Amino acid sequence: MADPSSNSTPSGGIGSTTLRLKLGLAEMLKGGVIMDVMNVEQARIAEEAGAISVMALERVPAMIRAEGGVARMANPKLIRQIMAAVTIPVMAKARIGHFAEAQILQHLGVDFIDESEVLTPADETHHIDKHAFTTPFVCGARNLGEALRRIAEGAAMIRTKGEAGTGDVVHAVQHMRQIVGEIKAITVLSDQELYHAAKVHGAPYELIRMVAKSGKLPVPNFSAGGIATPADAALMMQLGAESIFVGSGIFMKERATPLDVENNPIEREEAVSRARAIVIATTHFNDAKIVADASEAVTGTMKGLAAASIEVQDQMQTRGW
Amino acid sequence: MSPARHPLLIGVLALQGAYDAHVRTLVVLGATSRLVRLPLDLHGLDGLILPGGESTTMLHFLDRNGFFEVLQTYVKSTPTFGTCAGAILLAARVEGPAQRSLDALDITVERNAYGRQIDSSIFFGPSVLAGPPLEMVFIRAPRITRTGPTVETLASRDGSPTLVRSGLILAATFHPELSDDHRVHQTFLTLVRQHQADATRKRR
Repeated sequence: MADPSSNSTPSGGIGSTTLRLKLGLAEMLKGGVIMDVMNVEQARIAEEAGAISVMALERVPAMIRAEGGVARMANPKLIRQIMAAVTIPVMAKARIGHFAEAQILQHLGVDFIDESEVLTPADETHHIDKHAFTTPFVCGARNLGEALRRIAEGAAMIRTKGEAGTGDVVHAVQHMRQIVGEIKAITVLSDQELYHAAKVHGAPYELIRMVAKSGKLPVPNFSAGGIATPADAALMMQLGAESIFVGSGIFMKERATPLDVENNPIEREEAVSRARAIVIATTHFNDAKIVADASEAVTGTMKGLAAASIEVQDQMQTRGW
Repeated sequence: MSPARHPLLIGVLALQGAYDAHVRTLVVLGATSRLVRLPLDLHGLDGLILPGGESTTMLHFLDRNGFFEVLQTYVKSTPTFGTCAGAILLAARVEGPAQRSLDALDITVERNAYGRQIDSSIFFGPSVLAGPPLEMVFIRAPRITRTGPTVETLASRDGSPTLVRSGLILAATFHPELSDDHRVHQTFLTLVRQHQADATRKRR
């Protein structure tokens, strides 16, 4: 028999057990699609279409961008309703640095917290100390240094930021290439050069060294921000993403108007077709025939907004430090 | 035939989930692996692993192009190891809520029976495997609530079976691929070798 004292649960102190469980769930989410949902019906559509997880929020990035105002954590009531409606893991967003929102999300029992630049930041210097939570966190990053700073703070998953709410994949590509390229570059450095690399990237030496030795991030690296079509998903997976976040790409009709999936069967079917196709393309990202067939089955695509037309001060990706 | 053994070729279902982690463990144990995304990828494998992840997502893919029926037949004649969502796929019956399954192993499984991610835990429990107590990593884990008469329990947690075997099928509700303790995968590879030896003997 096992010594009962050797049994461990994550409810106690913060140690390797908690981190292993966080990374364990991140591992389970590989090779799939996490979809932003704003109501119970959208969450059901996502689950039916094969999403591995849903992100519960009140407004998808495209609406936040169009409507302006302060974007905050979703109402706990909405999050609870969505958690009750689906069996897949449920994620929710907290503002950068807003640890009280994160405490609420942990209390609600969400499976992953996204400390997200899509919401209006609550702290212009500090991110949340994610080691202080038993719920795992995902954070956005545009480059290796940013990714490793978030991992140092306790993030169990990184997603490249892209430019959320645009339906334009260009920045998702840029950020993934940046991170993958910077990882490759440090794998050839000597031990003494790694100290300098840590300084250049503004990241802890131990993490820089770990990445240099293994050739990959110590946590799963997913892709987000502008992925709107099956081909976009296949592109990001081939560039090295381990899973795909789709925000506004499935449930938006015009720039700030969602498809009416609750009352309009045709618009519901359109959302289902987009969701299914992106799920299929993410798994079969290396098989152009399957991605082509999946793309053909899609009716309609989010109109989108060219990322190049957005002024730098209006970009969401520049939030985070 | 030379007594030198060729490395085993183990397929890992890679529709979604922890397939990478299984491949890493197989590498440590000297087996070769192939990611399985389509029915034709099953050809020529010595054994198959159905990893953890979301069983609803995997079912969505199995429902395409007759993959479900192909797999249902395939696991009857090929050693197959299911972890977590993989165990759910293999079960005779699934609850919480009910969903389709391959009905390859006579057990009933309740999904997410231990709760959500905050209830995930690492547990050291008794097992019939030689050596110290077995480390079991539970992530939003299912619970086996019934085992049929042919099913052997190899490890358990608080009285519920967590590792079971029947014929060519091995199933765990936890994640041995997330552990440095490789005894469960070793048990599966032994099962695969045993099956090959039995098949060779029958041919003679």
